Amino acid sequence: MTNLLRWLTSTNHKDIGTLYFIFGIWAGLIGLSMSFLIRLELGVVGSYLGDEHLYNVLVTAHAFVMIFFMVMPVSMGGFGNWLIPLMLGVADMAFPRMNNLSFWLLVPAFMFLLLSSAIDAGVGTGWTVYPPLSDSSYHSGISVDLAIFSLHLSGISSILGSINFLTTIICSRTTKSISLDRLPLFLWAVAVTAILLITSLPVLAGAITMLLTDRNFNTSFFDPAGGGNPVLYQHLFWFFGHPEVYILILPGFGIVSHIILAYSFKKEIFGYYGMVYAMVSIGLLGFIVWAHHMFTVGMDVDTRAYFTAATMTIAVPTGVKIFKWLASLYGSKNVSTSVPLLWVKGFIFLFTLGGLTGIMLSNSSIDVVLHDTYYVVAHFHYVLSMGIVFAIFAGFFYWFPVFTGLSLNDYLGKVHFYMTFVGVNLTFFPQHFLGLSGMPRRYADYPDCSFVWNKISSLGSFMTIFSVMLFIVILWEAFVSHRTVMFTYHNAVHLEWSPRLPISFHSHVESIKVFY
Amino acid sequence: LSPFMAVQSSFWPFLVSLVLFSLMSNLVLWFHLKLSFTMVLFPGLLLVTTSFLWWKDLNRESMIGYHTHKLEVSLRVAMLLFILSEVFFFVSFFWAFYDASLSPTIDVGMMWPPKGIVTLSVYSVPLLNTIILLTSGITVTWAHHSIMNNYFNKSVFSLGITVVLGVYFLFMQWVEYNEAQFSIADGVYGSTFFMATGFHGMHVMVGTIFLFYVLLNLVDCKLLYNHHFSFEAAAWYWHFVDVVWLILFISIYWWGS
Repeated sequence: MTNLLRWLTSTNHKDIGTLYFIFGIWAGLIGLSMSFLIRLELGVVGSYLGDEHLYNVLVTAHAFVMIFFMVMPVSMGGFGNWLIPLMLGVADMAFPRMNNLSFWLLVPAFMFLLLSSAIDAGVGTGWTVYPPLSDSSYHSGISVDLAIFSLHLSGISSILGSINFLTTIICSRTTKSISLDRLPLFLWAVAVTAILLITSLPVLAGAITMLLTDRNFNTSFFDPAGGGNPVLYQHLFWFFGHPEVYILILPGFGIVSHIILAYSFKKEIFGYYGMVYAMVSIGLLGFIVWAHHMFTVGMDVDTRAYFTAATMTIAVPTGVKIFKWLASLYGSKNVSTSVPLLWVKGFIFLFTLGGLTGIMLSNSSIDVVLHDTYYVVAHFHYVLSMGIVFAIFAGFFYWFPVFTGLSLNDYLGKVHFYMTFVGVNLTFFPQHFLGLSGMPRRYADYPDCSFVWNKISSLGSFMTIFSVMLFIVILWEAFVSHRTVMFTYHNAVHLEWSPRLPISFHSHVESIKVFY
Repeated sequence: LSPFMAVQSSFWPFLVSLVLFSLMSNLVLWFHLKLSFTMVLFPGLLLVTTSFLWWKDLNRESMIGYHTHKLEVSLRVAMLLFILSEVFFFVSFFWAFYDASLSPTIDVGMMWPPKGIVTLSVYSVPLLNTIILLTSGITVTWAHHSIMNNYFNKSVFSLGITVVLGVYFLFMQWVEYNEAQFSIADGVYGSTFFMATGFHGMHVMVGTIFLFYVLLNLVDCKLLYNHHFSFEAAAWYWHFVDVVWLILFISIYWWGS
């Protein structure tokens, strides 16, 4: 009973971080299964699983689960909670109790999402939930309302968590020697992400609350008959939605910087200040480009021209980061072939590819042809499945000894990497061809000419499933073999490596002093 | 050792998430399946109770001296960030209002206010409410200075007036809502009006309760002249609510009529 209470009432950042990891892995498996069902439907001719509405419900749920219950909990809740106090040399977060609230709010949030699919017809609108399709006349029943409440709860969870993280990073540094210009890059990434969350999530909350009242209280925010405008919803949603994608990737940037520093055996990452300025500018610029998701709704040509130009400028700081990571790796003698570095190298290459397709899409002229086609799906899966997911695997393999005091099997880890690499590329590269030839997204079936690439894409998802199963085996093997870690082979510069592993329940009990 | 305390394990976060689950599922059932509203009020009340139990713990930790200066700074930063998130919440509703009113569609008669809407008379109750809130801003500042200068009676009096003004505002808004000749279902005018002023009213209610809670603590001599962050947090929140009202008044009540 007391063990149960330990996990329900925890105010310990390591415990809460572990809870987030377990939750995120479980949710990731659910999201992965949904993606598998999607590819199953598209991998065979004609209708297979059911009707188009079920397909749309799967597509919607897949996105929500992966974004709100896998990537965000793992990268912010998991890595953030574990690493922020350890890297700062403090005992815990600024608000340990509210930390627990942020985690536990995700449980009802996820339940609401699953309930929305289980009750009534399910939400078949896509994760963007645009009206009028999401309005009461086309989605009568409680599914959309349940999904809206799911978003409300996960939004509150993220806002409170971000307040906690940002306050900890700004205020809790007990030693003056960890000044802001000596802050580890992962903490800078988390800080920028937290600011984005605090400012963009409330706008989503407002948008979905207006949708809720449109559905249930006869308001006309998005109903033209009452003087409203469906495009207003899109503006509000994407004002959140665009910073959201930077929220998804920025912690990954931090993780990659740390791993490159550790494995290139240099004292510093190439150009610390540039990395910081790049992340801050990506965060800020991310607020003024939202309408590049709306190029086909009928906006003025000058508006489209502005958003094209603004979107392309974000490529500059992002490119700066990529070049700096390459420069950090360049010239180091013993660049290992260790598992985290493999993931990082995969990240650099594949995230760049995804960014380049993003540049293509940023042009409003070409986006008019490619919008809502598989080209867009390929683009964001490159930056997500191969961007942040690779960074998450990299960080997980790198910091596993810190979180558990054990080591993961290196050989199996490399097999897992190569299998995943082939799997995800097989899945998403052909989708570029599908998009360029015009196959629309969120379609349960397609003409025969699109069959080949769809089949290859589905075979790739099969392979990804096997590699995830291998990951579960790797996890199990580590806990069963119980290889306690004594030393690290890489250049463990930051504070999270300083305690003896496994780190005890109370760490950094006394304030630290840093000599540099 | 360390300027930060290690907070004890607490059941409240888990309880809050359970209660929110119950509240929101009952809300959905009230929307669609005719569940009675009492079933929504009950978890709502439970939420308020759990929150107060949580804040009671926070209060107790402060009383036994765990709130060092560094922790107080963290609380300030956190309150400011929270108010920042609330600002952006209202941004979405003002965005909706300006989107609908700057270029009104044919469905509302290409005019704002829309054809057929009888707007509230700006210079009666809305203006009174503006004066009420501005005055309450003055009285809360008076209360702050009284606290800092250790004047017990003046601080109780001025904070008390602030709370009374908050209640007065809410009462006048309630009267206005009853007497308005349009409802939330009256097109986009009603939607934006009641959504923006409604959420503002909810925030005034929260702010008034917060100020009242601080008043109770003040009367119990729990605030020090140099350490009274709960008062400052309530005052910041109150000023935020006041500023939102001013923007509401200028945009929706005055310009929008």
